[in-house]
Amino acid sequence: MLSILRLTLQRLGLGVLVLFVVSLIIFLGVELLPGDLCQAIQGQSATESTVAACRKDLGLDQSAPTRYVHWLQGIVKGDFGKSLANGRQISELISVRLQNTFFLAIVAAVIAVPLSLTLGILAALYRNSWFDRTINVFTLSSISFPEFFVAYILILVFSVKLGWFPSLSDVSPDTPFFERLYKVFLPALTLTLVVMAHMMRMTRAAIINLMASPYIEMAKFKGLSRGRIILHHALPNAWAPIVNVVALNLAYLIVGVVIVEVVFVYPGLGQLIVDSVQKRDIPVVQACSIIFAATYVVLNLTADILSIATNPRLLHPR
Amino acid sequence: MASNTSNAANNDVLLEIRGLRIDGMRDEKWHEIVKGIDLTLHRGEVLGLIGESGAGKSTLGIAAMGYVKPGCRFSGGSITFDGIDMIAASEEKKQALRGMRIAYVAQSAAASFNPAHKLIEQFAEIPLQHQKSNKAEAYADAKDLYGKLLLPDPNRIGFRYPHQVSGGQLQRAMTAMAMSCRPDLIIFDEPTTALDVTTQIEVLMTMKDIVEKFNTAAIYITHDLAVVAQMADRIMVLRYGELVEEAPTRIMLANPKQDYTKSLWAVRSFRKTPALNLGQNDNQPIISVQNVTAAYGSLDILHEISFNLYRGQTVSVVGESGSGKSTTARVITGLLPARLGEVLFQGQALPKDYRQRSKDQLRQVQMIYQMADTAINPRQRIRDIIGRPLSFYLGMNAKQCEERTRELLDMIELKPDQFIDRFPSELSGGQKQRICIARALAAEPTCIICDEVTSALDQLVAEGILRLLDRLQRELNLAYMFITHDLATVKAISDDVVVMLKGRIVEQGSKDDIFSPPYPEYTEKLLSSVPQMDPDWMRNLLAKRS
Repeated sequence: MLSILRLTLQRLGLGVLVLFVVSLIIFLGVELLPGDLCQAIQGQSATESTVAACRKDLGLDQSAPTRYVHWLQGIVKGDFGKSLANGRQISELISVRLQNTFFLAIVAAVIAVPLSLTLGILAALYRNSWFDRTINVFTLSSISFPEFFVAYILILVFSVKLGWFPSLSDVSPDTPFFERLYKVFLPALTLTLVVMAHMMRMTRAAIINLMASPYIEMAKFKGLSRGRIILHHALPNAWAPIVNVVALNLAYLIVGVVIVEVVFVYPGLGQLIVDSVQKRDIPVVQACSIIFAATYVVLNLTADILSIATNPRLLHPR
Repeated sequence: MASNTSNAANNDVLLEIRGLRIDGMRDEKWHEIVKGIDLTLHRGEVLGLIGESGAGKSTLGIAAMGYVKPGCRFSGGSITFDGIDMIAASEEKKQALRGMRIAYVAQSAAASFNPAHKLIEQFAEIPLQHQKSNKAEAYADAKDLYGKLLLPDPNRIGFRYPHQVSGGQLQRAMTAMAMSCRPDLIIFDEPTTALDVTTQIEVLMTMKDIVEKFNTAAIYITHDLAVVAQMADRIMVLRYGELVEEAPTRIMLANPKQDYTKSLWAVRSFRKTPALNLGQNDNQPIISVQNVTAAYGSLDILHEISFNLYRGQTVSVVGESGSGKSTTARVITGLLPARLGEVLFQGQALPKDYRQRSKDQLRQVQMIYQMADTAINPRQRIRDIIGRPLSFYLGMNAKQCEERTRELLDMIELKPDQFIDRFPSELSGGQKQRICIARALAAEPTCIICDEVTSALDQLVAEGILRLLDRLQRELNLAYMFITHDLATVKAISDDVVVMLKGRIVEQGSKDDIFSPPYPEYTEKLLSSVPQMDPDWMRNLLAKRS
């Protein structure tokens, strides 16, 4: 167990390092943007004195390293600064949006992950049967269409024709849980269709890959049933690749939702980042980028640790 | 022994295979790999199947379970197990028989145990699947069988994971697993081939013992005659999917009838021509390993190794896996710099790291590896494989390379016109190993390190390689360092022998000294563990050791 603990701590340290580098890249990227922020904000009405006042106001008159240190200190304390567009605290602005994004991602994940794993296992179990082929064609088609297309098809069928679900997911902080669930159903379904193929096919491939190994052949020679061979003998050894793909797709559910949120007018982080880019609200864009990066790092870290933890050689050293 | 003369004998038949044909898919075409074989096995009888690779012995063995590997099919004949037609039976019926009445013991226990589950779980799932006993009974039975198979700490060893026990113990645990439902028939598919010789004998003894105890019939598949002599009541010799000869073990050993069988028997009789300059050991050695200690990381693997290589002579380095044989080779070639001590070449110290050695120093010591498949680039033609050292070490141009390559192919007894433009995939295993030899010779070395070069080859092919190496040594006055775990090879090829154990040299001297008494303890154990062709050998040894 000690070695797992050490590996975990090592990965954790690496994750922090990655986040630090990412923050540096984001900050430098924004620094490199041409033009003066204050001039851009004030446009035609800019005079030398108002621009100077604005710069002083935003702290832009200080040197870049100083500003970076201040920004980083703020982030560590959870203070992302103020929005340029409306002067509100960014953390306040983001927290509601972030909750919405997480809610949608969790709903989508709760549908997508068990569904894809089950379908992947079944597809491996009945390899090359009509069931396997149908599942493959279906998931591959749904991933091949652009997200907005899938979203509009779902809107057409489920809200325009059948009228079962709303086409707008306009939730607010005081929307009750079940109504919220009802409203996010279509965007969650869209996301499910988008991420399912990857996870399902990885599960299928990882299991099939193991089916040629000597211990699976041995299991056949022991007269075990097909289900037991796959669930008990193949799956436990297939976790590492599956967990990694699941983590990658979960991250996508959070950082890749921009299009889906725009289509369904869902007030999530994706919407916010699109709006902020349009408004040149750079501190908000920076804050969102850091949050997205952190999501990626945390999920991949979890996948890493899980795939290490499911390795019997590490779990039970000699 | 004619089984069709009396009814009583017929009732005793457990497995009957008649005219069995199995096809395998190769290059998009069906090829027959088992060509009409008859086999009869009686209850409690042990039948040895022997032959070289590709003889179809494993295919035949697992066919007894009504199973063919993916890419193979039954194309004729019948398999009857205790009155059940094993080809026509439904999958459900076969599944009910497998593990329950017919069990299987595989060659590599390490690969055939699932790494994710404890040994005893993998044992118990068979009786549970076949509803023979409940979990508690199965666990109790497992512990009992582990004890019968002489596994250490039988009450607890089952609760370990496969990677936590040794290879020999795993192989015994697998035999225990096969016994879990007390099957009528066990198929042993080369169960000791991957084991060290001292481990092999322990495993063989316990296997034989348990099969006798439960009066289980067995098919014992191997390429090692001496092993099958200990295990089987009757032997079938197979070649290219056909039966060559069949007889009770003693008769077969004493009086093989077919030429092919005789040639298999004769392999072990090869002896190298003794080196002429044996008396000149006061000459300067070509390579002298002096007090070498080497480590991987902070762990010392070799402890103060010293020995010499002389021109025209062979030093065999022998020991079990993990004894440091290959590590010694890595130190000499500079792949693993020694931590302490030196390697001298003609009295001059070689730089420890190969990156600091001159081209000429590198040229003098060449290596040949166990797996020719992985040691040559499958995408290069033979001319490029052999031509590379010619242009690299000797700076030959294209024309000189071609000429020399042809000479080298002649030396290794492959026709230049036929082979020079082939790819490795168009060669047999023995031919590939010959190409590796030619590549080593191309550098015009004075010393060649052969690392288990015949271990992956069939006996007849291996003998050919040994003869070739012997001839080349005489012609070119080469020094060989011959790494092997096989004592028969050692006897065949060495002048001097170095015996290693756990990174130390436990004995060294001329072959005659090593192979004549008195032996130090470890050498004695090593030598006495080598199976002999005498069917009573194991029983006698057992009596002597206990």
